[in-house]
Amino acid sequence: MNIAIRKFDTLVIGAGGGGLRSALQLSQADANVAVVSKVFPTRSHTVAAQGGMNAALANVLPDNWHWHMYDTIKGSDYLGDQDAIEYMCRAASHLVIELEHQGVPFSRLDNGKIYQRPFGGQSQNFGGEQAARTCAAADRTGHAILHALYQQNIKAKTHFFDEFFAIDLIKDESGFILGALVLEIETGEPLLIEAKTTLLATGGAGQLFRTNTNAKINTGDGLAMALRAGIPLQDMEFFQFHPTGIAGRGMLITEGARGEGGYLVNKDGERFMERYAPHAKDLASRDVVSRSIATEVREGRGCGPNGDHVMLKLDHLGKEVLDKRLPGICETSRTFLHIDPVEEPIPVFPTAHYTMGGIPTDRYGQVVVPVDTGEEAIPGLYAVGECACVSVHGANRLGGNSLLDIVVFGRAAGNHIIKHLKENRYHRAIDDASIEQAMEHLHRWDKKGEGESVPQLKDELQTVMEQNCSVFRTQDVLQECLNQVLQIESRLQNVRIKDHSKVFNTARIEAMELENLVDIAVATVTSALNREESRGAHSRIDFPDRDDKKWLKHSLYYKDGRRLEYKPVRLKPMTVATFPPKVRVY
Amino acid sequence: MCSLWLNGFISLNKGLEKLVSTEAKVSNTELSRLRWQCRRGMLELDLFLQGFLDKSYNHLSPEQQQTFELLLETPDQMLLDYLMGRVIPYDKEIADVAKQIRLAAGPRT
Repeated sequence: MNIAIRKFDTLVIGAGGGGLRSALQLSQADANVAVVSKVFPTRSHTVAAQGGMNAALANVLPDNWHWHMYDTIKGSDYLGDQDAIEYMCRAASHLVIELEHQGVPFSRLDNGKIYQRPFGGQSQNFGGEQAARTCAAADRTGHAILHALYQQNIKAKTHFFDEFFAIDLIKDESGFILGALVLEIETGEPLLIEAKTTLLATGGAGQLFRTNTNAKINTGDGLAMALRAGIPLQDMEFFQFHPTGIAGRGMLITEGARGEGGYLVNKDGERFMERYAPHAKDLASRDVVSRSIATEVREGRGCGPNGDHVMLKLDHLGKEVLDKRLPGICETSRTFLHIDPVEEPIPVFPTAHYTMGGIPTDRYGQVVVPVDTGEEAIPGLYAVGECACVSVHGANRLGGNSLLDIVVFGRAAGNHIIKHLKENRYHRAIDDASIEQAMEHLHRWDKKGEGESVPQLKDELQTVMEQNCSVFRTQDVLQECLNQVLQIESRLQNVRIKDHSKVFNTARIEAMELENLVDIAVATVTSALNREESRGAHSRIDFPDRDDKKWLKHSLYYKDGRRLEYKPVRLKPMTVATFPPKVRVY
Repeated sequence: MCSLWLNGFISLNKGLEKLVSTEAKVSNTELSRLRWQCRRGMLELDLFLQGFLDKSYNHLSPEQQQTFELLLETPDQMLLDYLMGRVIPYDKEIADVAKQIRLAAGPRT
């Protein structure tokens, strides 16, 4: 087969914070590292993370890693693995300081220490007073981390393949991962990157849903690559939503808007939250508000020509209050909707934000699958960040824990790979059958003729997922959703692209991204349909309670036969006592 | 009067030719390359840039098209500040294109 080949010690796919932190660890240890990214590295989605990074530095209020651990486990609705959570919370402080040494300009207190802000879900003393645990570089922490890590990688001579799209993992018959087939977007030429170890750091899949906060690049490519390589996806039913995103566009409208006195209305102008939460009304918890909005829309009381959203009314607050207290929301609404909240309400719908599930890994970033009674690592394959499920976020991620996750486990995976490389000094023989399979996958898009279009099918997929698998979940709705998603999967065969040129053929990339999204959609709906309980972000109207007896376990979805397996939650931490599941009350 | 009208017609035609030739200069490949440069790390930037490329890019003068490319080199957070109008770029031409992008953003049509 006539394909260009490059060989590296490690191939990192994805150049967000997780991929770059791993690559840096490896390059500094003199490993030969390739980072493949479909966009220029500093345009990865990490750049959008504004909030900050949790670490129990105790610079503002008393704190310690054990309290952080408790909050994370409680936040995860007890689905998080307690050994991984302990590892992450213990490592946090050290890694914040390390990041600062690498060039991240964390905001400071007057006494010169790193500033820390309070975030939801943070407590002192295991559920007591509010803690202040989030370190931030103004409102652009993700940007600062991404740029610092990129520059450090350049210094450490990491080899970057910018604007290369990863198609499929290459593996041999014994199950070793040998690298990946990638596509140079500029030339349209495939390239085989052979590597002793491959790390997936491709981020989440927010593009599964029509209304989402994610960049368009978040199509879960690594998740689908893992599925196609026979690896299961874990806990895909857990997807974090925010109740008020701008309908159809996705940008967040902060809870502060309702905190300041804004309220939601349906097409009849009714303040409907009074029916669902008579006391808290519009300030009820996120899941309640989200589900209420979805219910109004489902029952025909939605606004707009398609009846697919509700309205957030703010005009009664007056121009002065809005401009002073909610300037960001006013700016976003005026710019992207041409709606001035001083005069008109804003159309809103729950917006998809974060993929809690992903490729199952242990706390060293090794991808693991169940065998007999235990687990086994897939040799040569690692995953970190939003595409991985280690699982520190369980059923619900706390704010400030995602930047921490990528840095902690990016570094841990780097360290483990260094050890692996010492023990595996040579590339294994490449497997031609696997390459051929990946090439077939690529050439499928050379088919010409009439057929369905990629943007239209993507639109349908996102709408189906939003209407039937977001915050309003019942057996019937999910079953219908699965039927529709499977129909879309079969229609994928009939999709054709019109552009068959080689140079910068973005139509072909978008087609492969759609394929990835469809695989992930089937995984998500199947997992959600089977989990008959409500836990964290997975909220079933027909099973409103958490059921620890039956469901304190991780889902594992396999593409082959669309089957599900389950594995136990790791309730035993590394050194401290288990936090047993309790009712989650804030 | 008639010749004035004719002259006007000719110059209008020339103007149209210029417009057409500007559009023709940007090949599909070039547009695809730019489309990929408009893929960014933040949703807001995707909406700003991809929408502008589809709707308005072809109406820019060749100089403005070059300025647009230059603007795409800006790091994401700074670019967002420019496009939201929070920061005005020092370079007047870049500031002008940034403003056009902001004004072109709007509801889905």
